[in-house]
Amino acid sequence: MSPTRWDFPVELCCRPMAFVTLTGLDVVYNAVHRAVWDAFCANRRADRVPISFKVLPGDHEYPKCRSKRTSYEWYIPKGILKTGWMNKHLNLVPALVVVFYELDWDEPQWKEKQSECATRVEIVRQSLQGRNTKVAVVLIQKKAPLPPGEDVIASERAAALCNVCELSGKSLFVLPHTDHLVGYIIRLENAFYEHAQTYYYTEIRRVKSHKEFLNKTTHQICRLCFQHNTPLDAIAQFRKHIDLCKKKIGSAELSFEHAAWMSKQFQAFGDLFDEAIKLGLTAIQTQNPGFYYQQAAYYAQERKQHAKALCNHDASVTYPSPDPLETQTGVLDFYGQRPWRQGILSFDLSDPDKEKAGILAIQLKERSVVHSEIVITLLSNAVAQFKKYKCPRMKSHLMVQMGEEYYYAKDYTKALKLLDYVMCDYRSEGWWTLLTSILTTALKCSYLMAQLKDYITYSLELLGRASTLKDGQKSRIEKNLMNVLMNESPDPEPDCDTLAVKTAQKLWADRVSLAGSNVFTIGVQDFVPFVQCKAKFHAPSFHVDVPVQFDVYLKADCPHPIRFSKLCVSFNNQGYNQFCVLEEASRASEVLENLTQGKMCLVPGKTRKLSFKFVAKTEDVGKKIEITSVDLVLGSESGRCVVLSWQGGGGDAASSQEALQAARSFKRRPKLPDNEVHWDSIIVQASTMIISRVPNISVHLRHEPPALMNEMYCLVVTVQSHEKSQIRDVKLTAGLKPGQDANLTQKTHVTLHGAELCDESYPALLTDIPVGDLHPGEQLEKTVYVRCGTVGSRMFLVYVSYLINTTVEGKEIVCKCHKDETVTIETVFPFDVAVRFVSTKFEHLERVYADIPFLLMTDVLSASPWALTIVSSELQLAPSMTAVDHLESQVDKVVLQTGESASECFCLRCPSAGNVEGGVATGHYIISWKRASGMDSIPVIRTVITLPHVIVENIPLHVNADLPSFGRVRESLPVRYHLQNKTDLVQDVEISVEPSDAFMFSGLKQIRLRILPGTKQEMLYNFYPLMAGYQQLPSLNINLLRFPSFTNQLLRRFIPTSIFVKKLAIEYLGRRGDSWMTPLLLLRDDQDQPSVFRQRPQGSAYETHCDLEL
Amino acid sequence: MAVCIAVIAKENYPLYIRSTPTEDELKFHYMVHTSLDVVDEKISAMGKALVDQRELYLGLLYPTEDYKVYGYVTNSKVKFVMVVDSSNTALRDNEIRSMFRKLHNSYTDVMCNPFYNPGDRIQSR
Repeated sequence: MSPTRWDFPVELCCRPMAFVTLTGLDVVYNAVHRAVWDAFCANRRADRVPISFKVLPGDHEYPKCRSKRTSYEWYIPKGILKTGWMNKHLNLVPALVVVFYELDWDEPQWKEKQSECATRVEIVRQSLQGRNTKVAVVLIQKKAPLPPGEDVIASERAAALCNVCELSGKSLFVLPHTDHLVGYIIRLENAFYEHAQTYYYTEIRRVKSHKEFLNKTTHQICRLCFQHNTPLDAIAQFRKHIDLCKKKIGSAELSFEHAAWMSKQFQAFGDLFDEAIKLGLTAIQTQNPGFYYQQAAYYAQERKQHAKALCNHDASVTYPSPDPLETQTGVLDFYGQRPWRQGILSFDLSDPDKEKAGILAIQLKERSVVHSEIVITLLSNAVAQFKKYKCPRMKSHLMVQMGEEYYYAKDYTKALKLLDYVMCDYRSEGWWTLLTSILTTALKCSYLMAQLKDYITYSLELLGRASTLKDGQKSRIEKNLMNVLMNESPDPEPDCDTLAVKTAQKLWADRVSLAGSNVFTIGVQDFVPFVQCKAKFHAPSFHVDVPVQFDVYLKADCPHPIRFSKLCVSFNNQGYNQFCVLEEASRASEVLENLTQGKMCLVPGKTRKLSFKFVAKTEDVGKKIEITSVDLVLGSESGRCVVLSWQGGGGDAASSQEALQAARSFKRRPKLPDNEVHWDSIIVQASTMIISRVPNISVHLRHEPPALMNEMYCLVVTVQSHEKSQIRDVKLTAGLKPGQDANLTQKTHVTLHGAELCDESYPALLTDIPVGDLHPGEQLEKTVYVRCGTVGSRMFLVYVSYLINTTVEGKEIVCKCHKDETVTIETVFPFDVAVRFVSTKFEHLERVYADIPFLLMTDVLSASPWALTIVSSELQLAPSMTAVDHLESQVDKVVLQTGESASECFCLRCPSAGNVEGGVATGHYIISWKRASGMDSIPVIRTVITLPHVIVENIPLHVNADLPSFGRVRESLPVRYHLQNKTDLVQDVEISVEPSDAFMFSGLKQIRLRILPGTKQEMLYNFYPLMAGYQQLPSLNINLLRFPSFTNQLLRRFIPTSIFVKKLAIEYLGRRGDSWMTPLLLLRDDQDQPSVFRQRPQGSAYETHCDLEL
Repeated sequence: MAVCIAVIAKENYPLYIRSTPTEDELKFHYMVHTSLDVVDEKISAMGKALVDQRELYLGLLYPTEDYKVYGYVTNSKVKFVMVVDSSNTALRDNEIRSMFRKLHNSYTDVMCNPFYNPGDRIQSR
């Protein structure tokens, strides 16, 4: 037997296919038959049904079916499954025999042909005697078939044929020899496959009914199940199979064979499973091929152990001769039979010697098997699977086992590589027992290879708090570590292969003799070493004029005290590193040695505090000082030394979780002596800020908020020194605080000179204005002017910096101190300006009329909380406007308190200006002002207000009236109307005057006249007032025939409609008791219309009453 | 009887782990540790189901040749893992459930102990 005797035979490993034979095809001489055959077997693609075809003559002899015994006893001793069985069913005994026969439905000699066909079927049946093989008939026809049901002859004859051949209708097929041959063939083939399957199912049932062990068939059953997409059935079948076979160990001397067999079973199932997955089956996390490979690996390990126990023969034992494992034929009748027991019918060991020799031969063969290799292959298969199915921990576990297997196989390099790879997974999840176990193996590997750095690293961790080793073992490891550090060889690790230890000892001896490369730096942040470290600055920030202080806490977890030779701390600013080194006292100062000895020794479980102090550099003000690493040196540079390097302020792979637990804990910690601290209560503080010295000056601001827009706002800064010594280089920075809205920067300007207005070129922030030195107690004042171009609030910064000399730890340093003040100042408009256009009758105007004078009224309302002086005001008219009157200011030197307003009135006229879109520009109104409290030196601010545009409208006829300011009862009142034609046309004008009760009049009552373009017409009337008081004039109505839009309403805007008529030149001042007469009446000679009268309703009883009284 | 019982913290480190055949303790540690793969997967599949509707018992995690591993997760994501001998057919799903319930009760008792700091290893007498 070959060493591959656990491999499956070829016929088991191939894809099982239904075996179908085709008869009645003459593929050599008949072209039609040839084409049919080619269509069946040429270019079979994977998507076609799995059938293997064979063309055989109709009278082919199939393997004869043996007569079945009624009892099973007869079979048992010989074996279970004959080696030829699978081959027989795959390649010799068909599932279906197909008889091809050329016959058309309309065959004239139908009877003869029918009986010939039946004979052929009969012959096939004969040769298959005793087997359940199916038979089918295919009629090759020349004519294309009619649709089913239409061909009456066909259905009749088909039924008759079936009857004669003893076939079911399902087993009769028609193959028309037409263009679509391949399509028909594929349909046929599928039908064949169905028949074949029915056959195999009945066969399986028949075989199963034997209730025998189906060892080898399990494989095929499972494969079929996978193929049929029923993986659960496959798994169930396999489980059944395994559960059945697990207990059948067989010969105790050859128990490894059973393990090997089991391993193979699992591996094979894993392969099958994997193959099915590749064909599209989906596996899940808990049910994937990895589990089977894993189990296969376990059995392989078991096999190794059994083999180790059973096959440890002396070298003197020789292989028996003649070889009991050889048979004459080289093949076996049955699967799994002992070669030397061929044909033996009973369990009785007829020949004990032969038996012994056989077992010995197998055992000796087993010795040459490289078990570890098998195990590792299986494990790595499993790893690949578990990786795929999201089982990281399972993967790690298998990798550990692979590593261990490599260790047994003495491939320490690979072992170490694997173990090192997975260690961090167990470490990060805190499974210390498992980590310790892995580390122990890794330590052995590193010892056996004399890998110094690895050996030290693993020792460090095995001594640490994460290790679950007993103290005794820790003690041994610590001793070894000390030996290594003293340049000596360590003792071998327990349970190591003696031969390997010998090699290792030599390697270690070589290492000792080799000089150089004796410093090992080990970054500890990724593991859990036996020394813990925490660094802590005393404060999160230090002023530059006090020393920076911090402590380094160390704690050892190993069983024996340990001495270190050096501790150094590194910072992000390496300049400080030199101040933070603790080293063994040099030989020269032996007096000190005794003192430091205690300091340099770490007692297990005790927290050791080491304090450091240094003076920060003044240029580091505002910067962070960070501990980048803490390095602890074990051993001496003369021997070997290890540098444990903590990143940042200490901490290793386990410390963050510990810190969290400590923070959660409510436990009261027992009281310790004064200078000792609890390890858990120390919190790492790895960085600190250097901040500037506390200033000892005062900065005051004096100002009068709010600021008025565009004014030179005065800000007085007072700086007073409270320092004990002179301060130098005092500098002032003042202005808009940076970091605000960018628009504010554009609209804020700062200057030191208030006498002139500053413009855009001035900055928003004045920086580092030197203001000289200050003696203790002295104070200085500086005025800053700010001009704000927009309203809103702004933050202003006043920052005073200075230099002062001071001493820290006997070292003189120059400190830069600074003090800043911020102030928020609101900027407001100083006043609101309102502008109105009114007619000469003080009526509000929507629009003005060309050439007709109107009034422009301005109101300046102070909004400032401080009194304002209006230095002057000025009206700058646009070219389109002309002044009717003088334009000098009416509000010069007026002081406005909050809420007060100053108004001006200007009479203007706008010449005709065509039709301008958006109106005509009026001009500007300029106000020059300053704070009333402002000094003379403060410049006056000119605020320019753009006046609104006004819409100018032309009118065709300009009418104005000349009349006295008042009339007297029964005194003539001459009124002259001027009518001016403003158009280029001759105007037809209808004029009428309507009489009024209060007047008699003379003049043209109704007239129609023409006015030439640009000319004037005068109308003179003599009114004669009849009644006193405010009387309506006889109304003038003008009708322009060409301009119907010129209405009398429009006309009334330009000409007076009423006049005050006086009666007597006396003054009456009185008060009536009647309630409707409550307003004070004022009647005065030479007076224009008193306002009280104007408000009276017209035509009321008052006038009459008045008349009666007087 | 279970052959191994483990209480695993939310962060997946063991709070308590004990196996009855003490000679092969490591094997059970590995078994419990690897079963966390399945627990993690089941918890993430559970998603954000309503807390009161959530089933704490996770069922059979995975079968090995000789053992069955069952899982249970509390609302605070503390996991219980139990390893049972495969040959022990007396233990049906219901028995396993009730064992887990008992274990959960004991765990709750531990948590109620004012001297116990959540997250520390659990000591058992």
